[in-house]
Amino acid sequence: MMSDLLKMNLSELSSALAAKKISAAELTKAYVASIEKNEPRVGAYISTDARRALDMAIAVDKRRAAGEALSPLAGIPMGVKDNICTKGVATTCASKMLADYVPPYDAHVVERLQDAGFVMLGKLNMDEFAMGSTTENSAMKITHNPLDTARVPGGSSGGSAAAVAAFEAAYTLGSDTGGSIRQPAAFCGVVGMKPTYGSVSRYGLVAFASSLDQIGPLTHTVRDNAMVLNAIAGHDKRDATSIDRTYGDFSAEIGKGVKDLVIGIPKEFFGEGIAPDVKEAVLNAAARYEKMGARLEEVSMPAIDHALAAYYVISSAEASSNLARFDGVRYGYRTAEFEDIAELYKKSRSEGFGAEVKRRIMLGTFALSSGYYDAYYKKALQVRALVRADYDRVLTKCDVILSPVAPTVAYKLGEKSKNPLEMYMGDAYSVPVNVAGIPALALPCGKGEGNMPVGLQLMGKPFSEALLYRVGAALEDDMGGKWA
Amino acid sequence: MTLYKGYEMVIGLEVHVELKTKTKIFCSCPTTFGAEPNTQCCPVCMGYPGTLPVLNKKVVEYAVKAGLATNCKIANYSKEDRKNYFYPDLSKAYQISQYDLPLCEHGWLDVETEEGAKRIGITRIHIEEDAGKLVHDDKHGTMIDCNRCGVPLIEIVSEPDIRSAEEAKAYLQKLRAIILYTGVSDCKMQEGSLRCDVNLSVRKAGEEKFGTRTEMKNLNSFQFIVKAIEYEYKRQVDAIEAGEAIVQETRRFDPATGKTYTMRSKENANDYRYFPDPDLPPIELSEAAIKALGDEIPELPDARKKVYMEKYGLTAYDGEVLTSDKAMADYFEKAAATTKHPKLAANLLISEFMRLIESESFSCPVSPENLGELATLVGDDVINSSTAKKLIKEMFETNASPKQIVEEKGLAQINDEVLLGRLVAEAVAANPKVVADVKRGKPAAAKSIVGVVMGKTAGKGNPVIINRLLEEELKKY
Repeated sequence: MMSDLLKMNLSELSSALAAKKISAAELTKAYVASIEKNEPRVGAYISTDARRALDMAIAVDKRRAAGEALSPLAGIPMGVKDNICTKGVATTCASKMLADYVPPYDAHVVERLQDAGFVMLGKLNMDEFAMGSTTENSAMKITHNPLDTARVPGGSSGGSAAAVAAFEAAYTLGSDTGGSIRQPAAFCGVVGMKPTYGSVSRYGLVAFASSLDQIGPLTHTVRDNAMVLNAIAGHDKRDATSIDRTYGDFSAEIGKGVKDLVIGIPKEFFGEGIAPDVKEAVLNAAARYEKMGARLEEVSMPAIDHALAAYYVISSAEASSNLARFDGVRYGYRTAEFEDIAELYKKSRSEGFGAEVKRRIMLGTFALSSGYYDAYYKKALQVRALVRADYDRVLTKCDVILSPVAPTVAYKLGEKSKNPLEMYMGDAYSVPVNVAGIPALALPCGKGEGNMPVGLQLMGKPFSEALLYRVGAALEDDMGGKWA
Repeated sequence: MTLYKGYEMVIGLEVHVELKTKTKIFCSCPTTFGAEPNTQCCPVCMGYPGTLPVLNKKVVEYAVKAGLATNCKIANYSKEDRKNYFYPDLSKAYQISQYDLPLCEHGWLDVETEEGAKRIGITRIHIEEDAGKLVHDDKHGTMIDCNRCGVPLIEIVSEPDIRSAEEAKAYLQKLRAIILYTGVSDCKMQEGSLRCDVNLSVRKAGEEKFGTRTEMKNLNSFQFIVKAIEYEYKRQVDAIEAGEAIVQETRRFDPATGKTYTMRSKENANDYRYFPDPDLPPIELSEAAIKALGDEIPELPDARKKVYMEKYGLTAYDGEVLTSDKAMADYFEKAAATTKHPKLAANLLISEFMRLIESESFSCPVSPENLGELATLVGDDVINSSTAKKLIKEMFETNASPKQIVEEKGLAQINDEVLLGRLVAEAVAANPKVVADVKRGKPAAAKSIVGVVMGKTAGKGNPVIINRLLEEELKKY
């Protein structure tokens, strides 16, 4: 019974809860038990609080018993990436710098889910300040890929993907700056969405790179994903980059199939560096779409080859500024001994940040320095405009663009952590999406080396999430569904 | 302006003005001055992780008004940038300011000094946020008050057009007057809502190339600005004459010694690594929106000054003084409307009233109607000027009607020529020595006779009549 509960998708859970066949408390206990059982081998959470989760569940059950109309997500247990602020609950960004930091306010998405009656199981592990692709940069712990614990879960939202894959949460929230939702989703065989920039408020997301960051859901299925996005997307006046428009129902187009849709296959995403198993699985998925009546069109996006370099300049530049506030003065880690303010800054930051964060701060500081700004930051913004133009052009003749999420399946822990540049190369297919600000859905499309899942990436025009879910669900159904 | 050792000074001013919006620039905290420390701040202005700035539209409107009032071109497209540096009062470790695309550019204003009129260019006006305040305390060490974090500022940068301390002062007074007229700030130097940085260099008169400049930061009174400029000018000239090079640096003015001291040199200066703030979309303003804001600006000092000169016959200098404070100009206009002697009212206000008003911004215990009445009493020869001075003192204490005081205390001027003639004749007869002196070619000696007659009338005699009668009387000798 308990494991059956864990394997129910969100709409099944929602109906069962609404029909009072199960209670939120009962469901929460099942997840708490699953966390107890799986955490020792997975390590998805930085912090959990079973008591709080149960209290939240009981509160929802009471509201339901009182006849209140509740959101479809009410009473469903979930987890939040630890860079999303939760009032009164430590939000560490997996950094020694914020190990004891307790935010005085809730992020917009947390408020939205609170209104929906969510049950928060805990806060999820990640690469420190969301910088990394394996979650190995966490100052807190190592997270293992639940499908093969010798492998990385991906990153930076590694905890968010692993928790879903290990049935330690019905869904989770992650954040995606250059692939941080999609790549771990691909590595762990779950579904992840990076929404259009501006469609989910960043208020309360501890900023890594403000012009690229976006919060999104990680779920077992495409339909689940749309359901969660429905709850968190929408305009927020506290985020000046949040776009004020009618978002509609992201599930609305699911089930319409892909007949006559044009799917672009950009050759730049299948060139040098892609592992053969990944290429095969992704092209098989493309072939399935063709069989289902979609038209495949090979396209070229030459600016994509420069997107990775532009991404690392822009994201590091913004990060160098965003992370400057962690100076040991007002909150967070402060060094034990110091003579003056300069030493307080220097020692607090040297001791509080990990190696990858320091590397990016230095890279970004350099890129913005006088004399180098034009050669790096300004040039990167020019590349950004070209990448956007490439997407605009291709997406006028194609409905969606199909590619792999990452060039390989999940690799072994420690395999790439010594070589940052090689690790950065792994982001080549995911970062162009953030650089352009468009939405992209990652979903499993087959198996590769070591029987590890391969992730498919579907990219679309700004605000085409409903279409991406429709196309993603078509493949999911064609492959026999998640639990087949 | 006399040149020191043949050098002229070249000055550009950077003026920071706090805008009096109800709420801060990027959050909804109040901006009230003088509140208990850390009671007017929130996670946003304290730069807590995950918070985001949202631009207060009023700040843009106020800055545009300041720009229009100083003849600036207002940008249709402008953006906000981050200025990165570490300091404990800067909660995000960057200040949101404007770098290469400010809201306002290419303005000017005209100033009036005793050497005449001059136009000073305004390079730019941009919006930015203020930092917090460090409070030092022996018991606790250094503490941070975040109330001021995120208070909206405009920075007004002048061209290096200023050539003397008087011009700098006149420019600041004019700028302050204009801003006060627009109503976007209360420009209180003591409360720090108007702060001034002075960039100063010197060069041989006639030289075209600028010298190396130093910057003096946060001067908070007109008096300090003048003193700092005068000191720094001579210091630079003396240094150059002694064969030393001027170092580009930031200097601090110490009011106690009247000298300036090195704060930090350019080698230690920050590289601010400006870049566009990704949290804030660009500021776009249509011509229609700019025009609508322009329509809200009241008549400015120069326009009023022109009216005063044409309608009331005031000098340019008096017009400049009266219009330098909107409250004073409003006051003057009310007074002028109640008397047929507006020029006299202006003189009384500038030379007598201003002596008794100490506050930074104009406020007067005497009603404008009573000033008008006083001008009428003097202009109509009902009282003389020495009686007027006595009256003003009483009016400041009680705001009583001057006419009433005159009636109650019998202070009216004595214009009775028969009475005055008799007193003059008596005084002349009693002072033969004075008569002799006058006859010997010392007409000034007659003044003592006027004094005697005035004394006999208890200061109320009409001095014009007394002088005329005295002249006539002396002819008899």
